[in-house]
Amino acid sequence: MAAINITNVSKIYAGGVEAVKSVSIDIADGEFIVLVGPSGCGKSTLLRMVAGLEAISRGTVEIGDRVINDVEPAERDIAMVFQNYALYPHMTVYNNLAYGLKNRGTPKAEIDARVAEAARMLEIEQYLTRKPRALSGGQRQRVAMGRAIVRKPAAFLFDEPLSNLDAKLRVSMRGEIKQLQKRLGTTSLYVTHDQLEAMTLADRLVVLNGGQIEQIGRPLDVYHTPASTFVASFIGSPAMNLLRGTREGTQLHFGSQVLDLGRAPAFPGPVTVGIRAEDLRIASTGEPSLTLKVEYIEELGAQRLVHGTVDGKKLTASLSPEIGISETLSLSIAPERLHFFDADTGKRLAQPFDASATKRETAQTLEMAAG
Amino acid sequence: MHRTKLFDHVILMMGVFFMVGPLLVALMTSSHEAAEIHRNGLSILPGGHFVETYTKVLTKEGGFTGKITGVRMMMNSLILGIGFAAGKIILSMLAAYALVYFRFRFATITFWMIFTTLLLPLEVRILPSYEVMNTLKLTNTYTGLIVPLLASATGTFYFRQFFKSIPDELLEAARIDGAGPFKFFIDVIVPLSKTMIAAIFIIMFVYGWNQYLWPTLMTTDESFFTLVRGIKQILLVWVGSNIPDYNEAFALAILAMVPPVMIVMIFQRWFIKGLTESDK
Repeated sequence: MAAINITNVSKIYAGGVEAVKSVSIDIADGEFIVLVGPSGCGKSTLLRMVAGLEAISRGTVEIGDRVINDVEPAERDIAMVFQNYALYPHMTVYNNLAYGLKNRGTPKAEIDARVAEAARMLEIEQYLTRKPRALSGGQRQRVAMGRAIVRKPAAFLFDEPLSNLDAKLRVSMRGEIKQLQKRLGTTSLYVTHDQLEAMTLADRLVVLNGGQIEQIGRPLDVYHTPASTFVASFIGSPAMNLLRGTREGTQLHFGSQVLDLGRAPAFPGPVTVGIRAEDLRIASTGEPSLTLKVEYIEELGAQRLVHGTVDGKKLTASLSPEIGISETLSLSIAPERLHFFDADTGKRLAQPFDASATKRETAQTLEMAAG
Repeated sequence: MHRTKLFDHVILMMGVFFMVGPLLVALMTSSHEAAEIHRNGLSILPGGHFVETYTKVLTKEGGFTGKITGVRMMMNSLILGIGFAAGKIILSMLAAYALVYFRFRFATITFWMIFTTLLLPLEVRILPSYEVMNTLKLTNTYTGLIVPLLASATGTFYFRQFFKSIPDELLEAARIDGAGPFKFFIDVIVPLSKTMIAAIFIIMFVYGWNQYLWPTLMTTDESFFTLVRGIKQILLVWVGSNIPDYNEAFALAILAMVPPVMIVMIFQRWFIKGLTESDK
């Protein structure tokens, strides 16, 4: 077990394409870090550089205070779980688990003990004599995990390990990975493009975009205070609504619709406003509101996603299924629930309101435009 | 489901007739006496000299020096066939392994250059090959018979394509598991290629077994004669009033067919698997 320090790591491919741009992450001993981002954001490349399967173009990677830039993958004291499991098809489950230990010259008795322990932990004891071909996807994934566990490495590296499983199995395996990691306390680096996996697994998650870090933080912090419009739209399902607005005095104008904040925000002119779908609620009678023109509804059972437009811009609201839906809905939102982003850079405006500004809790006043 | 109709049977039976008919005729004819065959031509009914002819063919010391027997020729053919097949498999597997897994400069170009030159038939390079072997004093040796023909374009090509279909993650997993290039080859690549090896073995064995021109050139010593040459030798005696020993020629031809057929039958299951199914 060890800490991993990734310092200013870049990956530049022949031809000058920079897949990873000067990324730095400090991972504490025993921490579960999830790298999340859309495909092509460099998350897998970063993981493979830590694993030693890709050369590091610039920067350093340290595992337990040892710079491992030029160390062979086998010598890095890491274990990796692949998306397609990468089990040796011609070996039995036992041999799959034992292969890495055999290559290291581990005594036979210890191999037996470690394989037995891992098999018990993953409940694959009865499959030890089978070939991977005779196993289901979930069982294969367990064997792949077992192969990582028996090595007792300083760090686990997961490369989208659940992507090949069906939805139900994915949820249960997700829980198992989390529990297992907690029990073993092994530092883990996990790559996924699934924001839900990232949210549920991570101690801290790292949102990557275009080879750069958009935000590092605990899942809830990232969810509640996304650092940019990219993070806001990537983390959370349904994605955060992003509306272009203009500030005029204490008011936000969305096209023909106006929202009164009750106090003057610290930013000038145009701004991107972020609204979580679940923060929207039906306005009580007489309460000022935004008018949502309903286009279609997704029933999720526990809640109902209402998709529509506010002044021609898309907006999604998550409402209780008990609420009746008409063609237009009046929706209101508490102003402290609003997220503000720079209209040009997309970066979060940390303090949208001046500290000196008058604080009125009844701030929201959504007015219909004149007319 | 397709229901087998009469017409399908007719087609299949015609196939069987054309395939098996000549073999049956050869087998039957070989059990007659040479003079009888000369007089009556081929026959489809068994004659009475089956055991006699085959014993004679296998054990009679014949040839110009009178030392070569059928058993000896069969041994030579086997050595040639197996040496060919095994050598070609080892060589082309190693070549393909290097081409696929080691990123050296111009690997693809190198491959296609080797491939195109080797696609040229043996006859095109037979003189220079002979010249080299002669200079090395390897004529009339098994080494001389086998080694010059070992480089195989088809084998390398098959293995290259097969290795390319093995997922990269397997190599990466092996690297993390601490397997070097040699270990990876022995522990992962070779066992995975089993069916492929079987398929190539059959093809190359038959190819080696049926070689005629190269052994003819390379060996003058009759103790190196192969079965295929032996058949030809028998028919060569047709000078003057001599009647060739047709029965013996047919018997030898039948004998020459048995080992390849057996190899195909034994490896058939793997052979089909290797060509169609990927065991990954």
